[in-house]
Amino acid sequence: MQEFLATPFGTLLFTVVAVLVIMVPVLIGVAYLTYAERKVLAAMQLRKGPNIVGPFGLFQPFADAIKLMMKETIVPTGSNRLLFLMAPMLTFALALIAWAVIPFGPGLVLADINVGVLYLFAISSLGVYGIIIAGWASNSKYAFLGALRSAAQMVSYEVSIGFVIITVLLCVGSLNLTEVVLAQQGLWFAIPLFPMFVVFFISALAETNRAPFDLPEGESEIVAGFFVEYSSMSFALFFLGEYANMILMSGMTTILFLGGWLPLWDIAPLNWIPGPIWFALKICLCLFVFLWVRATFPRYRYDQLMRLGWKVFLPFSLLWVVLTAGALMAFGWLPGQT
Amino acid sequence: MIATLAFYAFASVLVASAAMVVTSRNPVHAVLFLILAFFNAAGLFLLAGAEFLAMILVIVYVGAVAVLFLFVVMMLDVNFSEMRSGFVRYLPIGGAVGLVLLAELLMVGAVWSVSPSAPRLIAVPVPGGVTNTEALGRVLYTDYIYLFQAAGIVLLVAMIGAIVLTLRDRPGTKRQDIARQIDRSRRETLDMVNVEVGQGMVVPPKHEPAKQPEHANGNGHHGGGHH
Repeated sequence: MQEFLATPFGTLLFTVVAVLVIMVPVLIGVAYLTYAERKVLAAMQLRKGPNIVGPFGLFQPFADAIKLMMKETIVPTGSNRLLFLMAPMLTFALALIAWAVIPFGPGLVLADINVGVLYLFAISSLGVYGIIIAGWASNSKYAFLGALRSAAQMVSYEVSIGFVIITVLLCVGSLNLTEVVLAQQGLWFAIPLFPMFVVFFISALAETNRAPFDLPEGESEIVAGFFVEYSSMSFALFFLGEYANMILMSGMTTILFLGGWLPLWDIAPLNWIPGPIWFALKICLCLFVFLWVRATFPRYRYDQLMRLGWKVFLPFSLLWVVLTAGALMAFGWLPGQT
Repeated sequence: MIATLAFYAFASVLVASAAMVVTSRNPVHAVLFLILAFFNAAGLFLLAGAEFLAMILVIVYVGAVAVLFLFVVMMLDVNFSEMRSGFVRYLPIGGAVGLVLLAELLMVGAVWSVSPSAPRLIAVPVPGGVTNTEALGRVLYTDYIYLFQAAGIVLLVAMIGAIVLTLRDRPGTKRQDIARQIDRSRRETLDMVNVEVGQGMVVPPKHEPAKQPEHANGNGHHGGGHH
């Protein structure tokens, strides 16, 4: 077995299996996130939500998926055909490849690379391309407006996400995601860096185009924004990509601030639960807040969105980078300092 | 074996997409090919062991610079036939500039020689024991700190220049002052008036002089009954 895995073919096969082991739970998670969203929103609005298909409506995601697959894929006449079809695939693929570096437990990671944090940041900053290309290739006014809004919004909030990541990196002293988690043994970064935690979470909402920052698809003003011309599976890929990105951003929040796979306290009944379960539980908590926020807050106006990003978060996170660096220097807490 | 295959794949796609950047008719396609070229360059960096540079290339060029390129190019209303019309007229001057550049490149290339110690440096991009990022930081913040700071100042100057060039104080724009909106109290915005049935009333003069024409929203409560 060991020798077989060492051969090129064995390595390839092992990688494919490992990729499937990550992808399948993520896709099931995406399917049930759509269900959870409808149920949670329904509960918060005193409704029942989906309850017909299967027990408690549990088969609703599959019914939706089959319905979407049966529909006709419409490519508008004036559109740029190749780019129009490429955009949803790009969005979906980007939402999935980021999972390659996510550590699910001690040693449970597909690619344990030294620059894992930068990889995640790079992938999340590429997400904007699917949206811009979709908006442009559709050759439609509403889609283009949605794409422009989205481009401006995602670029703005990436800046503060970058500063938040720098703050965490200062406390860790490494760009490796496993080491980011291991540095939080004893104290999760959500506590000493609480303001950054909040800034990161709100920026994650903006980065995934979720309410209250869902202006790119603001249905009351630009119909459905950048994917107004999409139907059937090409629409479904955008939809899946958005939800996979939500899970990914929750995973990032968990790794950077909530101690990844680490248990709440390292004591007997809690550390019996395996790391991946803790990781999944923390992701679910973050996702619940995503849905809660959607049910609670009205959509931001565009100038308010820009003001929050550039005039509030950017100076504030910059200040915290300086403060954190200063405190680490002053008290000699810098990691790796001898 | 796999690394060699990957190198040739990245390198050939890089060269092909770079050629497409300058030859493609549609400017949006050109920018997208530019992005593809950036990606493949990042792949080459990865193969050379420079993982930090690869990621920074993707984050800075693909994630930020090219987005703005794409943003601008998509907004342009390019008329392709009009663009091609001046081709013959501008050919001599364009060709002359190209020839001068080519001559300069040839002159540089003719005298360029690779230091004999260079191949060994390429083979070991990282001093043993430290990660790529750390090795880069050790050089950047010690030996090259002044150059690093100078680069930062150049960027800052460019940033301030862009703001100075585009910032205009336009009179008469409506602006929201959130602090002032929150600061308003009921007393200064709302008057409760008992209106006689069948009489109506004239709106009483406001307590404060109407000094805020730029006040964007939320003045709807001024004055009592109109009915």
